[in-house]
Amino acid sequence: MISDYFILAFRNLRKRGLRSWLTLLGIFIGVAAVVSLISLGNGLQMAVNSQFGVSSTEIISVQAGGLNSYGPPGSAVAKKLTVQDVDAINKLSTVERAVRRNIPSGKLEFNNRVIFGFAMSVPYKEDRRFVYEEIDINPLRGRLLTDSDDSNVVLGYNFYADKAGLGKSVDLGDKVIVNDKSFKVVGITEKKGSFIFDNIVHMNENPLKELTGFGDDVDIIAVKVKSKDLMDRAKQDIEDLLRERRNVKKGEEDFEVSTPEAALETVNSILNGVKAFVALIALISVFVGAIGIINTMTTSVLERRKEIGIMKAIGAKNSDIFLQFLIEAGLSGLIGGLAGALFGTLIGIIGTLAINNFIGSSISVNIDLILILFTLVGSFAIGAIAGIIPAMRAAKQNPVEALRG
Amino acid sequence: MKNLIDLKSVFKHYYMGDAVVKAVDGIDISIKEGEFIAIMGPSGSGKSTAMNLVGSLDLATKGAIYLNGENIEQMEESELAQLRGQKIGFIFQQFNLIPNLTAKENIMLPMLFQSVPLEEREERAEELLKLVELGDRMDHYPNQLSGGQQQRVAIARSLANDPDIILADEPTGNLDTKTGDLVMGFLEKFHKEGKTIIMVTHDPDLAQQYASTIYWLKDGKIEKVTRGKAKNNGKTTKKRGK
Repeated sequence: MISDYFILAFRNLRKRGLRSWLTLLGIFIGVAAVVSLISLGNGLQMAVNSQFGVSSTEIISVQAGGLNSYGPPGSAVAKKLTVQDVDAINKLSTVERAVRRNIPSGKLEFNNRVIFGFAMSVPYKEDRRFVYEEIDINPLRGRLLTDSDDSNVVLGYNFYADKAGLGKSVDLGDKVIVNDKSFKVVGITEKKGSFIFDNIVHMNENPLKELTGFGDDVDIIAVKVKSKDLMDRAKQDIEDLLRERRNVKKGEEDFEVSTPEAALETVNSILNGVKAFVALIALISVFVGAIGIINTMTTSVLERRKEIGIMKAIGAKNSDIFLQFLIEAGLSGLIGGLAGALFGTLIGIIGTLAINNFIGSSISVNIDLILILFTLVGSFAIGAIAGIIPAMRAAKQNPVEALRG
Repeated sequence: MKNLIDLKSVFKHYYMGDAVVKAVDGIDISIKEGEFIAIMGPSGSGKSTAMNLVGSLDLATKGAIYLNGENIEQMEESELAQLRGQKIGFIFQQFNLIPNLTAKENIMLPMLFQSVPLEEREERAEELLKLVELGDRMDHYPNQLSGGQQQRVAIARSLANDPDIILADEPTGNLDTKTGDLVMGFLEKFHKEGKTIIMVTHDPDLAQQYASTIYWLKDGKIEKVTRGKAKNNGKTTKKRGK
């Protein structure tokens, strides 16, 4: 029987004017905001993560100072980490492998132009594979560096795609001069969407050390933990070890051991701020929408007094009339919500495509059917709640007066 | 034959500020099962108010109204609605169909309020539309039907729950003579089949021709009661002549 009331309500809604539909904008905007935000959530997170260089979730990175310096991590710090620190960390029982990483600055010449930027040291043998895995980088053209590539380099995506200030795009086989020494380009990396990774020069550790003279200094130590469960213990071990080696007290560390979780937390706290803001907008919109529904339904009750009178004459109880108007209000909320959910999903799809295009990722849209179902039920409920007072007014009409219209 | 409806010294007064409008001012009406009653009177005589009271759409200020021996003044709103739905079929001057529903759906509606299953509702609605010769207009909306057709849909609707009583308020008031005759023909037919018909009209010829008993109202009081040409429980002999 209740389905009949839905059919009746739907019939009545179909006959409504533009004015009635416009009042649903509030619910529409509210639901669209929530659904698009959630659909975009993954994409946004990945986009922000890629800017911070957070990729693998099993790697701890250790750097002197903090995350607050300009340029690549560890590049502007007084007391550097050293190779000896790397060796010591390698000996910890919780650590599977610790690898040094250097990201010195230098100059690069090509096409008679000079630019200044950063190079990234790539270690040898097993460590090479580990570093490539950690930074999750793949060749777009050519290949990545191997142990025998001491006179070759791999360049970031922007050297090829955006000319990187060199006036001409660099491609495979071209010669570039790094700190006055010539190197052949054997690969271009895929787009990462990160300013650092897309503008960096990959060079084997030995030639880079010779050219820039970083010696035993280390900018960043990438540590792979024996198992994911040991993450916190490993972090603790490394911190204890470095405090001892660097002779600092707890709470006064001049280094930072950061787990991916910590980095993700930073990202998430930014995203949460955005989410809270959107949620607030959604809440206000839905509130305005609910008022709109109260308004339309009240008008509708006045306009349809005669109809109410007829229904009462042919046997409708007050509760039947109440139910009819309540369902109508709920349905109008649901229609606003449905349109909002569709529009929100569309924004999610378009937004994710845009992010994919921008950072070269292949994130899939997060269409959460449970969430959509929840918002739809919610929109119906909000509509119905907004309809309670008008529906009560409708139900209480005196049949004789109502029949007069 | 037992009394189906009894109005016992019924008053309906409206208070407008200090003024009292005595729409119905102490009337007694007894209607037996199978009668064709006409309530006659000029406009403002209180005949529509009387019909609303008989039809349990309104409650009296004073007095008692019995339907099947039950005092409707003591019923709850939901009981009254159920009573209306089951026992009384309304036919209005203005047809009063729901504009958003098709002819068939309009007829199905009273059955919905009595929780009749969908299939049964559809079957009955189709049957009734055929009865009023509108079998080919089932899915038409009221605005796609002529006045006479709308009134026939309303007649079919009034029969939806197979009520004992049909209350017709100026059923031909908005129709031309020919269509009016057709509509009256249906009422006459239902009367013959045993329904109790109560018709409000200001047309004395119509009352005289179809009713068995005529109550003449004036200023809220019954002025006189006369016999019409129809016999109780439908043995009318003469059609409405022209």
